[in-house]
Amino acid sequence: MKSIADLKKIREQARHNISLRESGERTQVRVYMGTCGIAAGARQTIAAIIDELAKQNIGDVEVLQKGCIGLCEHEPLVEVERKGEDSVMYGHIDEEKARRIVTRHVIDGVILDEWVVNCGCSIGID
Amino acid sequence: MQNVTLTIDGRQVTVPEGTTVLNAAKELGIDIPTLCYLPKINEIGACRVCVVEIEGARYLEPSCIYQVRDGMVVKTNSHRVRQARQINTELLLSDHAHDCLVCDRNNNCDLQDLAARLGIREYRFEGVKNEAEIDDSSESIYRDPSKCINCRRCIAVCAEVQGVHALGAAERGFETGIVPAQHRPLADISCVNCGQCTIVCPTGALTEVSHVTKVARALGQKQKHVVVQTAPAVRVSLGEEFGMKPGTNVQGKMVAALRQLGFDGVFDTDFSADLTIMEEGTELINRIQNGGVLPMITSCSPGWIKFIEHNFPDMLPNLSTCKSPQQMFGALAKTYYADKMGIDPKDIYSVSIMPCTAKKFEITRPDMDSSGYQDVDAVLTTRELAKLIKSAGIDLATLPDEEYDDPLGISTGAGVIFGATGGVMEAALRTAYEVITGEELPKLDFEMLRGLKGVKQASVQVGDLTVNVAVAHSLVKARELMEKIQSGEIDDLHFIEIMACLGGCIGGGGQPRSDDPYVRSKRISGIYTADKDMKLRKSHENPAVQQLYKEFLGEPNSHKAHELLHTHYIERER
Amino acid sequence: MQLYRAHVLVCGGTGCVTSGCMDVHAELEKQLEKNGLSEEINVIVTGCVGTCDIGPILMVYPEAIFYQKVQVEDVAEIVEEHILKGRPVNRLMYQDKTSEIAEFIEKYYDIDFFNRQTRIVLRNTGVIDSTKIDEYIARDGYQAIAKALTEMKPIEVVEEIKKSGLRGRGGGGFPAGIKLELGHKADGDQKYMICNADEGDPGAFMDRSLLEGDPHSIIEGMMLASYAIGANQGYVYVRAEYPLAVDRLVTAIKQAKEYGLLGDNIFGSGFNYSLDLRVGAGAFVCGEETALMHSIEGLRGEPTPKPPYPTDAGVFGYPSVINNVETIANMPQIILNGSDWFNRFGVENNKGTKVFAVAGNILNTGLVEVELGTTLRTVIFDICGGVPNGKKFKAVQIGGPSGGCIPAEYLDTPITYDSLTSLGAMMGSGGLIVMDEDTCMVDLARFFLDFTQEESCGKCTPCRIGTKRMLEILERITEGHGQPGDIEKLEELAESIGDSSFCGLGRAAPNPILSTLRFFRDEYEAHIDGHKCPAGICKGLLNVEIIEDKCRSCGICARICPVNAIAGQRGQPYVVDQDTCTRCGLCIESCPFDAISKH
Repeated sequence: MKSIADLKKIREQARHNISLRESGERTQVRVYMGTCGIAAGARQTIAAIIDELAKQNIGDVEVLQKGCIGLCEHEPLVEVERKGEDSVMYGHIDEEKARRIVTRHVIDGVILDEWVVNCGCSIGID
Repeated sequence: MQNVTLTIDGRQVTVPEGTTVLNAAKELGIDIPTLCYLPKINEIGACRVCVVEIEGARYLEPSCIYQVRDGMVVKTNSHRVRQARQINTELLLSDHAHDCLVCDRNNNCDLQDLAARLGIREYRFEGVKNEAEIDDSSESIYRDPSKCINCRRCIAVCAEVQGVHALGAAERGFETGIVPAQHRPLADISCVNCGQCTIVCPTGALTEVSHVTKVARALGQKQKHVVVQTAPAVRVSLGEEFGMKPGTNVQGKMVAALRQLGFDGVFDTDFSADLTIMEEGTELINRIQNGGVLPMITSCSPGWIKFIEHNFPDMLPNLSTCKSPQQMFGALAKTYYADKMGIDPKDIYSVSIMPCTAKKFEITRPDMDSSGYQDVDAVLTTRELAKLIKSAGIDLATLPDEEYDDPLGISTGAGVIFGATGGVMEAALRTAYEVITGEELPKLDFEMLRGLKGVKQASVQVGDLTVNVAVAHSLVKARELMEKIQSGEIDDLHFIEIMACLGGCIGGGGQPRSDDPYVRSKRISGIYTADKDMKLRKSHENPAVQQLYKEFLGEPNSHKAHELLHTHYIERER
Repeated sequence: MQLYRAHVLVCGGTGCVTSGCMDVHAELEKQLEKNGLSEEINVIVTGCVGTCDIGPILMVYPEAIFYQKVQVEDVAEIVEEHILKGRPVNRLMYQDKTSEIAEFIEKYYDIDFFNRQTRIVLRNTGVIDSTKIDEYIARDGYQAIAKALTEMKPIEVVEEIKKSGLRGRGGGGFPAGIKLELGHKADGDQKYMICNADEGDPGAFMDRSLLEGDPHSIIEGMMLASYAIGANQGYVYVRAEYPLAVDRLVTAIKQAKEYGLLGDNIFGSGFNYSLDLRVGAGAFVCGEETALMHSIEGLRGEPTPKPPYPTDAGVFGYPSVINNVETIANMPQIILNGSDWFNRFGVENNKGTKVFAVAGNILNTGLVEVELGTTLRTVIFDICGGVPNGKKFKAVQIGGPSGGCIPAEYLDTPITYDSLTSLGAMMGSGGLIVMDEDTCMVDLARFFLDFTQEESCGKCTPCRIGTKRMLEILERITEGHGQPGDIEKLEELAESIGDSSFCGLGRAAPNPILSTLRFFRDEYEAHIDGHKCPAGICKGLLNVEIIEDKCRSCGICARICPVNAIAGQRGQPYVVDQDTCTRCGLCIESCPFDAISKH
C-alpha cells in the first residue's frame, strides 16, 4: 500500500462485505423459501440473485429468506423493497428473471410490471 | 552547576543542584537514618527508612535518592515521617532472626543501631518469618538468610563493583529473598569469595566463615607450634577496630598482641611478598627473553584467580605460576622453618591474618599442601583478629611495639606495598630494573602506579627494553582490561597487576567495616608511609630471602622453588 | 468478489473459547456445507462480544439475531431453520433475565446490555473478524493514521489528544495528551512508544478483549502516539497468559506489514515504524511503568526511582512513553473524528468512555463500555441487570486489589476518576466486582490482600513485609482469632504502607482494608468482639449446632464427620464439639431431619 487512495480502495471493497453487519436501512430482497418455494426452484433463484449482486458489485443489499406465505402457485416468489419505497412482489422468478430484477429493479429502481404479483402491499409480514 | 535553596525542618540550606535531600540535610547537621543506602553503589530507595515529607508531594519520599528543588520544603521529623520510619523498621525486625546476642554482628549491626536509635521496645508486628536454609557451602562466605533484610547492598557491590553477579533477588512478595545465582550454593557458582558483600551487609546475613574458634583451640594445644603471618594491609586497618584512624600503622602493637595471644612464631607475609617478587620477577624476565606467554598477570589475589578461572579461562596461561605470598609462606613454614627449628611439620599450626576472605578458600585449593601437610591451616580476617584480641582482654592501644621473629619476619618496603593497588607492580619494577640493568634505580616511587584510578598504565624504560605495564583493581576494572586485551585494543603489555578488591588488599573483604568514604585512601597512605620508613625497600635486598635461596631453594625458579612456590590453575564454568 | 447474503458471527473471545465456541464453529461450517450454504453464508470469528457468561454466542446478520449458550447440538437447527428457511430459533435467543416471564429478545440492539452502552473503544470487537485486516479497514481502520501522516504535524496530533481530554485508562488517569507532549519534547533521536498490555487485576480483561477482538486498533493507536512523540519503534508488552491475544496481535502485525502500514515510508510520508511484541511473565507489578520497562530490558520486573521519568530516560535509557491498551485504542477515533467529537462523551475532566469488566454477584457479567459520568446504578442495574437470586446489593469493588469498595448509598455516584478516589476506591483498569448481602467484607479485604501480597515485587519493606502482616491480621480475624487492637494495628499499618511504599502497588495495597473499614467497620468489630461473621462466610466464626428437638439421634452426622467432632448416644440429641469442628458442613448436608444448623 503506497497511498491513501490505496487504503480507500481497500476500504470500499471491504465495505461491501461488512455493511451487512452495520445497522441502517437498506434495500431488501426477500426470497420465499418454504417447502413449496424450494420445490419450485427458489434455491437456484436466490443463488442467482446473490451471484448477480456480486457481479454488479452491489454490497448494500439484504437478501433474506422467508417462509411460505400462501401464494404457492406463484413460487418462486421474490420481493424487492428499496429504501423508502413500497415493496414489490414478483412471481415465478427463475434464475434468468432474478438476474434481471437485480439489474433493473434493485439497482435502477425500475419495476418490472410483467412479473409483479401484487403491488403496494406486502403480503408476507416480515 | 547551579545552587538551589530549600527549607529542611524550618531551616534554609543552599546546596548544588542534584544534591539529595539526605545530603542537604547533612549540611544542616540533620542525620536522617538510612539502611539500604550505599553511596554511589546502592541508591535504590528500597528500605523506606530514610523517608521524609516533601511539601506538596502525596507520598513520603526516600531522602537518599530524592533530589532537591529550589524552594522545596522538607520535614524529616514530623509525626508522619517518624511513624513510617518506625513501622518500616519494626516490619524489618518482624522478619529477622531474634538472636542478636549470639550474632556475629552483635554491637556492630546497622539494624540493631537503628532499632536502638528509634527506641523500639517491643516486637509489635510478629508473624511468620521466611525460613531459608543457611548456606555454609563456601569456604569463605557464610550466608544466613534469616538475617537478611533485602537491602540489596550485596547484590549491588557484587554486580557494580565486582561484576561478578553472584547474588540476585528471587521470588516475589513476602518470600522475596537474596539468593546466589541459579539458586545454587555459593560454593557451586562463580562467586569469587572476595567478601565485599560481607563488608556492605548491614546485618549478620553475610559474614566470613569464622576460623576464630579453631585458631583459639590450636593456641590451647601444648604440642602445637602455632605460627602466624600477617598480611601487609592488616597493619594499617586493624587499629580501626580499636577506635584508631584508618591508615594508622599498628604493626608493632599487633605483633605484641599476637605474642600475648600465644602464637609461638610471629612472622610477616611481607617476607614472602619479597620472595614472590624474586620468583615472579624471574618468571617475567624468562617469559620476555624466551618468548613466553605475555602479558604475564599477577596471581597474588585469590579472588582474582577464581574470577579469571570462571570468566577468562583462555587467559590462564597468562597468569604467573607463583603462589600468593600467603601460600609461599605456608609452604616454607612447614619445610624450611620446620627444618631450621627442628620441629616436626605435623606439629606446626600455621595461621595467617589476612584482609581477605578469599584467602580462606585459597588454603583449600589443590597444590596448597606442598609441605606434605595443608600449608596454611587457618585464616583470620582483620575483623576476626580484632575479635580474638578483644576477647582476650588485650588493650591494643597501650601495648608497647614489638618486632617480628626471625627469619620469616624480615621484610622490605617492597613487601609492604603489596597491600595497596599498584604495589606488586612497583615492587617488581624496583627489583627488575636493578637485576636487569645492574644499576641502582634513581627514583624508587612509581607514582603513576599508585592511587585509586581503576586502570593504570605505564611504560618503564629498563635498559634497552621498554616495559609496558598495567594495574587494575576491582573485578569490574579487571574485566574491562581483560576484554580490551582479548579484543586486541591493548596489545603491547608485558606485565599486569590485578587485585580483586577496590584499592587492593587494603580494601579487602576481610577488613574492618567503615563509614569513612576516604577509608581506602587513608589506608593506602599508611602503606606508603610504612614503605618510606623502611631501611630496605627492594625485595632482592632482603637478607632473609637471600639466605633462604642460599640455604634452601638454590635460585629463583629452581626445581625446589617450583615444587614449593608455584601452582597451576583450573578452568571453571562460567 | 464474493457476496454473502448473511453473516454468522461466532464470538471467539477467550471466555467463549473456554465455553466451547470453537466446536460450535466447526459444527456450523459442517452444517452449512451439508446444506449447500457455504457460498452464501459468511462465517466470522470475532473478538469478545462482552457477555461472557452466556457464551458461546452466535449472531446472524442482517437480521441481527443474537443466540446465546449455543451448543454443538443446536447448530443444525439454527442452520436448517434460520439460515436455510429464514425462521429464527426462538428458544436459543437472548432472554431478559430481569423480567418475570421468559422473554426472548431477538435483535442484538434491543438488548439492554448492549443498547445502553456507548462503544467507542469496543466498536469493532464482536463485529469484525479480527484476523482480517480488511474488515478493520472497512470500519474506517487506518484512516486516522493516514490523516495524521498526510495532514498533521506530530505536535498537532499531541494537541488533538490533549484537547480531547483523554486520560490514561490504566489506573492513574494521567492526561494522555500531556504524556505525549512530554515524549514529544524529550530530546533524542531514539524514542520508544510502549503499550502496556500487562493486565493484572483479577477479573479485568478489557485489554485482552481489545487485543483479541480489534488488534489493528492498537496498532493504529500505537502508530499515532509514536508519530506524535517521534518514535519509530513501538513495543506491546503483553502477558504470556494471553496466548490468544498474542496470536491475534502477531497476525495483525504481519498483515499490517504486508499492506505497508508498518515499515518504511508509510503512505509516502517518510514516517518509518516498526512494532514488536514483548511477552512478559504477567506480574502485577509490571503495570508500574518502570517495572514494565525493566522487564522489556530483560531485567527483574521491579520499579526504580522516578526521576528519571520514562519520558526522559525510559527503555534502554531512551525517552519512552507508556500507555495502556484502552488509552491507545481511543486515539484513532479521536484523531479521525476530532477532539470536539470526543468531548461530547463523558463529563467535565472525564471525557470519553470507560470499559468495565463486571463480575461477581451480577446477572450479566461481561464487558461494558459506558460514558464516564454514568452512575454506578446504571451500569450495575440497568445494563448488567442487578443482583440475581433476589439478594440485596451490598457493595461494589472498583479498581481491583488497588481499589476500594463502594456501598449501596453511593450507587448514584457518577463514575469519574475523581469521584471514585474521593470514595476511597479508584478507577484502576476498570474491574467492577458486585457483591450481594452474603459477602463478608473482612473476607473480601483478605482476598485482595492475599493477591497484592503475593504480587509485591518485594523490593521495599512496607510492601514486602507490611502487606504480609496486614494479611495475617485479616486471616486471624476471619478465622475467629481476632484480638482487641487488631483494627487499630491494621489502620496504623495501612496508613504507613500507603504513605511510604515505593510504587503504586504498595501505596494502593491498603485500599481494600481502608475502604471496608470505612464503610463496614461494624463487620470487623462483629468478627473480633462478637465472634460472629454477619454474612455467615467466615468458617472460623460459625458454630455448627444440633437442634435438640429435631435430632432423632440417628448418628449419621457422627459417622460422616471427618474430624469426629460429633458424639452422642441413642435417645439423646447428638452434640458438636466446637473446638474440634472445622465447619465443613458435611453433617448439615447429611442430616435427614434438617436438625443441624450453622450460624
